[in-house]
Amino acid sequence: MGVDQPLGENIITTSLDSLVNWARKSSIWPMTFGLACCAIEMMATGAAKHDLDRFGIIFRASPRQADCIIIAGTVTKKMLPVIKTVYEQMPEPKWVVAMGACACSGGVFDTYSVVQGIDEALPVDVYIPGCPPRPEALLFGLLKLQDKIMKERNSFGSSIGLGERLEPAA
Amino acid sequence: MAENNRAVVKLKERFADSILDCKEFRGEVTVTVKKERILEVLKCLRDDLRYNFLTDVTAVDYLGQDPRFMVVYNLYSIPNKDRIRIKAPVTENDCSIDSATALWNTANWLERETYDLMGINFKNHPNLVRILMTDDWVGHPLRKDYPLQGPDREPYKGRLS
Repeated sequence: MGVDQPLGENIITTSLDSLVNWARKSSIWPMTFGLACCAIEMMATGAAKHDLDRFGIIFRASPRQADCIIIAGTVTKKMLPVIKTVYEQMPEPKWVVAMGACACSGGVFDTYSVVQGIDEALPVDVYIPGCPPRPEALLFGLLKLQDKIMKERNSFGSSIGLGERLEPAA
Repeated sequence: MAENNRAVVKLKERFADSILDCKEFRGEVTVTVKKERILEVLKCLRDDLRYNFLTDVTAVDYLGQDPRFMVVYNLYSIPNKDRIRIKAPVTENDCSIDSATALWNTANWLERETYDLMGINFKNHPNLVRILMTDDWVGHPLRKDYPLQGPDREPYKGRLS
């Protein structure tokens, strides 16, 4: 994998990667974007009792300021182009969380009008099961996303234009 | 029972040759008429019998029967607090019926929905385009012969299949 990292892999670059990763995982700003009942749980997670703000997770109303999109609900085929547009408007680096059964697999809506899992269109980082998932489950999923961000390599190099950001294998 | 209904009596004397069926079930009166005269029947109900509110326009697909479709109009009389249901059979080959938009503006979207999901063509409708499905959708999903999981997927036959 050393070939892929122009800066090499040594104590300086890995420390810088860790610093960048730490900054990114401590300020995941998700899109304010809800599609169905999962959005209610997402709001509950953001509200006082569960308080996403303590993880640096602050909902942003513009895709230009967001790092993460939580697909919270059923994705219909009519809504899919809208979601794709919003995703494309988000600046890199960006992550996708599929929240709930519908976003993961279509859920109970095994019909002509529903996309059978948002992973048909977007690269999903974290799948959260549940219908809808409890706020604890969403929190756990976001913590898993933080873990995943911490494992990324060449984050520093890619942010100064050298090479690509390398995501962990699994 | 339905024969005593004031609206049914009036419709029968005015459209005697066009009434196909009259039914009353649990207080709900349903009159089936020929589709050629649907607009006159609806106009008579609206103006003379004061059924002034069109609650819903929809259609039923009786796949395998002829005529295949039944277009359903649910009317409500606000002054008389009374409901009536008008039905008109539509065949698959000539899948069209006159639009009620001239009588009620609300028929516009209701007929668009029926066109979108059932494929009934409403003649003289001002803007007969899809309202729920995407513009480029092929087919009419609420028809009985439309595959439930979409035409591009293998149909689900149960866990053990």
